[in-house]
Amino acid sequence: MPVFYGREVASPLMLGTAQYPSPAILAEAFRRSGAGIATVSLRREGAGGAGAAFWQLIRDLDVPVLPNTAGCHSVREAITTAHMAREVFGTDWIKLEVIGHPDTLQPDPFGLVEAARILTEDGFKVFPYMTEDGILAGRLLDAGCEVLMPWGAPIGTGIGLMNPYALRTLRAQFPDVPMVIDAGLGLPSHAAAAMEMGFDAVLLNTAVAKAGDPAAMAEAFALALRAGQMARKADPMPPREMASPSTPQIGLAVLA
Amino acid sequence: MKITVNGAPHEIAAESLHDALNELGYAEARVATAVNENFVPSSLRADHRLEPGDRLEILAPMQGG
Repeated sequence: MPVFYGREVASPLMLGTAQYPSPAILAEAFRRSGAGIATVSLRREGAGGAGAAFWQLIRDLDVPVLPNTAGCHSVREAITTAHMAREVFGTDWIKLEVIGHPDTLQPDPFGLVEAARILTEDGFKVFPYMTEDGILAGRLLDAGCEVLMPWGAPIGTGIGLMNPYALRTLRAQFPDVPMVIDAGLGLPSHAAAAMEMGFDAVLLNTAVAKAGDPAAMAEAFALALRAGQMARKADPMPPREMASPSTPQIGLAVLA
Repeated sequence: MKITVNGAPHEIAAESLHDALNELGYAEARVATAVNENFVPSSLRADHRLEPGDRLEILAPMQGG
């Protein structure tokens, strides 16, 4: 199972907590999938005290929480949000998002590195949401990150692994760094493919929460992750260009 | 004094951040605070004096991806 900053988690499935039809369905999705981490956020607290009810729901899930800095477009916003999240959630883990463009939600690599360095110096354990760029990965490791979270595709698209070549390269370039495919997955087969490539975990939300049956989809992702993980360990055959018969040629009858 | 709380104008009697949270009904709430875009830890709320026009953000746990 994946180990992040010295802590082993129970599953390679990291599941978001937003957009579910109801709190009960959210809880059922976590129960059926055995997700190892719940991602959470901070928003303005209204008079209704929605935050307290949500906090209780999260506590009942009994999994580690990973707060995010979703919606932050500047280093300053992300750092302030991270500090607020650390106090509220009681964890120094932070999923660092510094968004570079409101339409693509593409991470701002320059702001990301700066924020990661500052937060690491402040004692945070940073999980950076990043593009699949290998140079950026190196800079984030230099900044103190011990986990990398390259995107599969832009948040909420469900496209899957849009740049498999770059992801394979990234995995090969940093074989010992825990890596999570974060965002853009739509189907369990995308998650299986990520594990077959050697990634350690996936982080997703919309693909489960917006499925017709979120709990069943969460379980399907968990099964796919297990299959992909097992396939990776089983050492897949290398692909080849030309056909090669699997049935033996020796002993073939001469009937023509 | 007049301050802004989560983007809406408020008139409060409290002078410290700690007292303002009590006055606004957040005494027992699990929240984090920022004043004028700067994080104020809960341990410093009692000593943090508010000024007219301050912008107070009160954030709580919420769903996220």
